[in-house]
Amino acid sequence: MKEAVEIGKNPAAEPNLPDLMAEVARGDTEAFAALYDVVAGPALGIVRRVVRDGAQSEEVAQEVLVEVWRTAARYRPERGSVMNWVLTLAHQRAVDRVRSVEASAAREQRAALLDRTPEFDEVTEQVEARLEHEQVRRCLRTLTELQRQSVTLAYYRGLTYREVAELLSLPLGTVKTRLRDGLIRLRDCLGVAA
Amino acid sequence: MRTADPHTLTGAYALHALDDDERARFEAHSADCDACTQEVLELRAAAARLALAVTVSPAPELKSEVMRRITAVRQDAPRTIPLARPGRLAARAHRMSRWVPAACLAAAALFGGVAVWQHDRAEEAQDRARRSERQGDELASVLAAPDARTRTAKLADGATGTVVVSKGLDRAVFIASGMAAPPDGKVYQLWFDDGGSMRSAGLMDPGRTDEAVLMRGPVDKASGLGVTVEPAGGSTEPTSAPVALVDFPA
Ligand SMILES: [Zn+2]
Repeated sequence: MKEAVEIGKNPAAEPNLPDLMAEVARGDTEAFAALYDVVAGPALGIVRRVVRDGAQSEEVAQEVLVEVWRTAARYRPERGSVMNWVLTLAHQRAVDRVRSVEASAAREQRAALLDRTPEFDEVTEQVEARLEHEQVRRCLRTLTELQRQSVTLAYYRGLTYREVAELLSLPLGTVKTRLRDGLIRLRDCLGVAA
Repeated sequence: MRTADPHTLTGAYALHALDDDERARFEAHSADCDACTQEVLELRAAAARLALAVTVSPAPELKSEVMRRITAVRQDAPRTIPLARPGRLAARAHRMSRWVPAACLAAAALFGGVAVWQHDRAEEAQDRARRSERQGDELASVLAAPDARTRTAKLADGATGTVVVSKGLDRAVFIASGMAAPPDGKVYQLWFDDGGSMRSAGLMDPGRTDEAVLMRGPVDKASGLGVTVEPAGGSTEPTSAPVALVDFPA
C-alpha cells in the first residue's frame, strides 16, 4: 500500500474554505491551488454564460481568479460562503466585460440587439434547457413568466434592468420589482441562506 | 427615475443589473440599512446557485496560466482586525479522525456483504435517472454550504484530489484535477472509509481527468475516502490498493 497518498495528518492543515481563504490571503500558493480546484469550474461556467465568446471568457475567468488571489484578504466569512463571494465577483467581471464591449461597439448594433424582441423567449428557453441542475430548473419554474424572464435575462445575459424593461416592453418599476420578488422566490424555493 | 424606495433595488443590485449611478446610490443607502444588506446577501446566494447550475470543467491550461500569473501579482494587505473564529471549530478539532491503516482496506472485503451490494444495485438502477438530475444540484449545495470544509491531497503525477465535506448536508464531493486516465477497461472507484470498512461511493467518469463528483450516499461516520482502480462497472469491494487516501477534514 505504499502508493497510497496520505495527507493532512497535521490538524493545522485542515482548512475549511474560509480558512483556506485566510491562507491564500497570506500568500500560500498551495492553498490557492486547492481553492482553485473548487471554484474555477463554477466561475468559468457563469463567465462563459454571460460573455459567450470562448476566448474572452477564458480571459475574464483568468482575471477573476487572479483577483481572488489578490483580494483574498477582503473576504469576510460573515458575509457569505467563499463560493458565493467568488461567483459574485465572477458575475460582476463578466458583466463589466459585456458592458464595456457594448459601450465600445456600434450603438446601432446594440439597438438592433434590443430590437429583436422575439429573441428573448428563445434565449430564456435555451438557457433553461441547458441548465444542468434540476432543482434550479424546478425552482425557476415556480417563478411567474415575467419574474423568470427578468431574472434570467439580467443574470445570464448581463443586462441592466433598464435593458430588460426595454426588451420586455415593461415599465422600469415593474422589472425592478420582478427581479426582486423573483429572486426572493428563488431563494425560498432553493432554501439558500446567505 | 424618481428617487424611488431604494429597498426595492436589492434584486437588481444582487444581479448586477443597475447602472453605475444607481449602484452608487444604492450602496450609499445600504451602508446604513441592515435590512437591505441582509437581503442582498441572501439574493446573491440565490444568484450564485444560478451560476453553479452552469458549471463547466476548465481546461488544465487555465490552471497553469492562473498559477503562473499569481506569482507576479502583489496581494492586497490583510485586514488588521482579526476575524473572530466560531468557537465550534476548536471543538471539532478534537473529533479529528485517525488515518485508517492501509491494511484495513483489504479487510474491507469482510464487511461489504453481497446482499447489501445487490440491494444497492437495485436501488441504483431505480434511482439512476432521478439521481443524475439531482446530483449536480446536490454537488452545488455541498460546494456552496457555509460549513463546507476541504482538504487537498497530492496524487501521483502532479494530480490533486480535493475533498469538500458539508457536515450539515452529510454529503461529500471529490474533485480530481489532472488525474491520469485509468488503464483501459478500468475505472476509478470512490469509497467512504467507515473505520476500515469501505463503502462504495460511486465511480468517476473514466473519460475525464478533471471531474467533480458528488460522492454517493451520506458521509455519516466516514472518516475519509479512498480511490481505487477497479474493473469497468466497479467492484463490490476494493480489489486493489488505493491510489489515494484522503482523510476528511475534521
Ligand atoms: Zn434599505
